[in-house]
Amino acid sequence: MDSSPDKRAAIEFHHVSYRPNGGTDLVRDLSIEIRRGETLVLLGRSGSGKTTTLKLINRLLTPSYGEIRVDGRPISEWDVIRLRRMIGYVIQEVGLFPHFTIERNIALVPKIENWPAERIRKRVAELMNLVGLDPQIASRYPHQLSGGQRQRVGVARALAADPPILLMDEPFGALDALTRAELQREFLNLQMRLRKTVVFVTHDLHEALLLGTRIALMEAGELITLQTRDEFLASREPLVLAYKDAFDTNLNNTRERA
Amino acid sequence: MNVWQFMLQNHAEVVELTLEHVWLVGVSILLAVAVGIPLGILITRWPALSKPVLGSANVIQTIPSLALFGFLLPAPWIGARADRLAILALTLYALLPLIRNTYAGIKAVDPAVIEAGRGMGLTNGQLLLQVELPLALGVIIAGVRVATVLLIGLTTIAAAIGAGGLGEYIFRGLAMVNNAVILAGAIPAAALALLADIGLGCLQRRLTPHAA
Repeated sequence: MDSSPDKRAAIEFHHVSYRPNGGTDLVRDLSIEIRRGETLVLLGRSGSGKTTTLKLINRLLTPSYGEIRVDGRPISEWDVIRLRRMIGYVIQEVGLFPHFTIERNIALVPKIENWPAERIRKRVAELMNLVGLDPQIASRYPHQLSGGQRQRVGVARALAADPPILLMDEPFGALDALTRAELQREFLNLQMRLRKTVVFVTHDLHEALLLGTRIALMEAGELITLQTRDEFLASREPLVLAYKDAFDTNLNNTRERA
Repeated sequence: MNVWQFMLQNHAEVVELTLEHVWLVGVSILLAVAVGIPLGILITRWPALSKPVLGSANVIQTIPSLALFGFLLPAPWIGARADRLAILALTLYALLPLIRNTYAGIKAVDPAVIEAGRGMGLTNGQLLLQVELPLALGVIIAGVRVATVLLIGLTTIAAAIGAGGLGEYIFRGLAMVNNAVILAGAIPAAALALLADIGLGCLQRRLTPHAA
């Protein structure tokens, strides 16, 4: 994969901490620059602060300290609705609207942005094709779909209004291994074409190495390392070694991709 | 004279009292819906209010209906007419199932659906109208159904304060020790309750969205 994304930062964290009322820091003094068009993977175990970090970007959570910028502008100055509509959001549970057809689910953001009906119809057809969904299922409801199909719809919905940024929170975590591998491959193809700025949360080292242009390893709310895939594989950092040890079975395969 | 002969002979009055009954229940339910559903929504937004609001509605339900009619008697404007008094009391009784079901229905919406909607930039209003209320609608209608059936029964007691309705026959029959007259009030009231239950049950099934 061409690994020369635009070097201007799409998202910047400046000494960001997040502490819920009276609790301990879930994210501590985090500083990261996420570049335009890169896929930054936040890797870490449960409770390491990766999901919290993601939710700070679209302001589902508000930092206790520090500042986050999107397009160089502090997100606290953005209208929160405008900010969120330019950031696609995909979560593990998908969160499709059960009372909407697939078509209406995908059309959600264009619809509330008041696109004309014809443009929405075209866009939905285009997106279903893009994520590999049979156009015949457009009129079905989410409960009539398989888990893999549902997450494809989730991705299509997030891409609908063509947001420059995509946040993905373990999107393939609940899928069976085969379907997961399929969607990971398709994600790579998609990202090759679309070049979105993607922040991708996972606890799976293979997935991180496969999808990430850079990997941010988190532990207990802190950033341990931020490295490219090759740097990560060569790293002697104890936590990185522990990860590689835990996932050692098949690292070579993932190294040889691209 | 059995109950059917009595009802046939007095069919004009039976119809009139039934319509009065329906009117009392209908107005009370509409008022309770207009107050109860917004209150139910409100307490999902300010959880601190949920205990006092649900608690108060609960307490109202425990007050015996005759006593509640009595309590409200001295109220200005309300106490001046029996039907106003009855409607207020009935509305208060219907509040609990409406508030509780609205609250429970919205609370039961899958948090992942809410998070996805919020994350994609739906405003609070859009989230409420396009997601939370449609998904809670089946449960809310179930509340309307419970409240309606409850009120159809309770409204018979409103006759004790002269508000009319089918309770007129029941109280008259009790005073006359005449079962036929009691039944002339009780049977149409039971039929109304059954009809409302079946009708609203159908509506509830139609408006309950597909399972996730």
